[in-house]
Amino acid sequence: MASTLRNIRPLTNTLRHAKLNFVSSNNAAVAVSLCVEDVQHSDILDILSLSFVPGDGVGPELMLCVREVFNTLGAPVEFDEILASELLPGRSSSLTDIVASFRRNRVGMKGILTTPAIGEGGDLMSLNMKIRRALDLYANVVRIKTVPGLKLRHQNIDFIVIREQTEGEYSALEHESVRGVVESLKITTYENSKRIAKFAFDFATKFGRKKITAVHKANIMKLGDGLFLESCKEISLLYPNIELNTMIVDNTCMQLVSKPQQFDVLVCPNLYGNIVSNLAVGLVGGAGMVPGESYSADGARHPFLTGAGRNIANPTSMLLCGVNLLRYLNLDNLATRLEDALSSVIKQQKIKTRDIGGYATQQDFLRAILSRLG
Amino acid sequence: MSPPVTNYLGRLLHSSLCRPLAQYKRTFATTSHLNQASDSSSSATENTTRTVTLIPGDGIGPEISHSVQKIFEAAGVPLNWESVDVTPVKAANGKFQIPRKAIESVTRNRIGLKGPLATPVGKGHQSLNLALRKQFNLFANVRPCKTLEGYQTPYSNVDLVTIRENTEGEYSGIEHTIVPGVVQSIKLITEHASSRVAEYAFLYAKQHKREKVTAVHKANIMRLSDGLFLRCCRDTAERHPEVKFEEMYLDTVCLKMVQDPTLFDVLVMPNLYGDILSDLCAGLIGGLGLTPSGNIGEGGAAIFEAVHGTAPDIAGQDKANPTALLLSGVMMLRHLHMADKGEKIEKACFDTIKDGKVLTGDLGGKSKCSEYTAEICARIKNS
Repeated sequence: MASTLRNIRPLTNTLRHAKLNFVSSNNAAVAVSLCVEDVQHSDILDILSLSFVPGDGVGPELMLCVREVFNTLGAPVEFDEILASELLPGRSSSLTDIVASFRRNRVGMKGILTTPAIGEGGDLMSLNMKIRRALDLYANVVRIKTVPGLKLRHQNIDFIVIREQTEGEYSALEHESVRGVVESLKITTYENSKRIAKFAFDFATKFGRKKITAVHKANIMKLGDGLFLESCKEISLLYPNIELNTMIVDNTCMQLVSKPQQFDVLVCPNLYGNIVSNLAVGLVGGAGMVPGESYSADGARHPFLTGAGRNIANPTSMLLCGVNLLRYLNLDNLATRLEDALSSVIKQQKIKTRDIGGYATQQDFLRAILSRLG
Repeated sequence: MSPPVTNYLGRLLHSSLCRPLAQYKRTFATTSHLNQASDSSSSATENTTRTVTLIPGDGIGPEISHSVQKIFEAAGVPLNWESVDVTPVKAANGKFQIPRKAIESVTRNRIGLKGPLATPVGKGHQSLNLALRKQFNLFANVRPCKTLEGYQTPYSNVDLVTIRENTEGEYSGIEHTIVPGVVQSIKLITEHASSRVAEYAFLYAKQHKREKVTAVHKANIMRLSDGLFLRCCRDTAERHPEVKFEEMYLDTVCLKMVQDPTLFDVLVMPNLYGDILSDLCAGLIGGLGLTPSGNIGEGGAAIFEAVHGTAPDIAGQDKANPTALLLSGVMMLRHLHMADKGEKIEKACFDTIKDGKVLTGDLGGKSKCSEYTAEICARIKNS
């Protein structure tokens, strides 16, 4: 098993060469490439295992959509399902098992986990935070893009929010000094700030983005956010082709609601990233429409990826997670097929779930997509 | 670093332990007549001339202050302006401080109107705005955001108020480098301050006939600190059953806000969230050049201000837009129970914008600040 895992990357590289195979398998022209890459082709059909956490609320049904779509696509993946929930702690797998599954598979999908507002037994960390911490999923990526066919206040939005998600306000270091006085610590480290900055610049390079905006509040938190800014500036020196500018978080939010088109890539510390990404999600149609991804360092060669869907029974976001996941596995043509099916359904405007102004049920939506894939 | 920390904590502890809730509840209830009660020089009738401290500020500040004064004069508002300069001066101990005269003026008048101040960007310098806040114990920042007819934005029918705790939280100013490369910033939440701002939010909702108060928090992540804030809001809500109460995560609020801002009415929240949300909401209606703001303190003191920048690039060119400061002035008049004058001015201002003939550059017009001012004055006189 372990050796197969190590082969994922080389394997998926071969996929790039064999791309055509999937595009139209009954086309005679493809045979040529099949011959050339014959050996690898048999490798391609090796099944990849994905960790699969259905999540709470509408999570399980959405994940079922993903399964069906993946089956119809014929994606060479199997699902290593594992139950995690903070609402049903008794039925949840232990953190160790969850983490072990993700470690084993190196890639997975996760539905939304509901976090009770006030934790049981004085636990300061939510399950989400624990998973992130244990897997060191330091970078969260949300791609914000307007989908044609949706009536929105703003059009032509296309930017990426990259969020540090291991430290900052989410350190879970809090105490009540005396009754009625609580101190909460926000931790900012040079190392993690540099790490996320580098991730952002690498990501921007990979996807041909030109401008990175570092979001901060260094006018008030001069040391903490100051350190974050300095780290970004330091890293930016290594990437002369990408422009770095900085913006205070409150102004960023104001700009986002008035001129969101000005942004390209945003890099934020933890809490600001949470705010900015949610706000941005609202701009392009809401939680049901936007996928999320998290990456760990792990030698930077085999990052973990978690598609974190965001509630609401519109499966679009979860399916877009699937698209990103397939693309991450270099199954580009499958990803494109799914993406095209999705956008054609949305563009046609006939079958829309309730959150984007329609009356269709999740099943209608799913059937429409499956029929386009079939 | 440590002595100011202990001092600050000490002060907070002192105030939180030594002042029972009931006491401050009374002090800001209905500010105006309380001021008058505590201020023997002004007798009780509504139209007595009051003295108000004016802090013109930096950059475009003096121009827009002048504009507001002119408009108030045209409306016949019975106010005396006491103009003061708050540029920091070096005190005997070598620290830069706000001049004594300015502090005395606000302490005496209890009400101030303030233009934008330039915050020196640099290290080791306490922001002036922050100093003013601490000096006058301005614990709540109130910002009504209402769609201006005639100025198009992608959002319509916005009508909400953000109330932000203004003394603690992430802005406690307590930060240190533990070892090189590791910085710890402390967010401080106290029961005292949380209950105080929650109480104010509910009173504001009642006074302004608002239906609902939403507490904005992040208690899923910061379970103790935001948990405390939330608990204080819940307790306060129980004492005001006639106002609807709901709680919502900050990220959810942001998401819903850009989808449908009409879902919200009055929002109350800790410092940083308030900072972010209030600017976000300002963005919904067209930016900081159009949003008024008021800082409410204990004992009836209040400073109303324009929260936009000093715009040094257009300072002195008669191009600035005085709307934010003017509407802050209107908020001040309401606070002083001169609502009729306030409404007259507000209407003239709104009508001018709606008409769209005389507008400053930032609103897409070509008029000068003085022309815009004159137009509003003319409308007041004709009304």
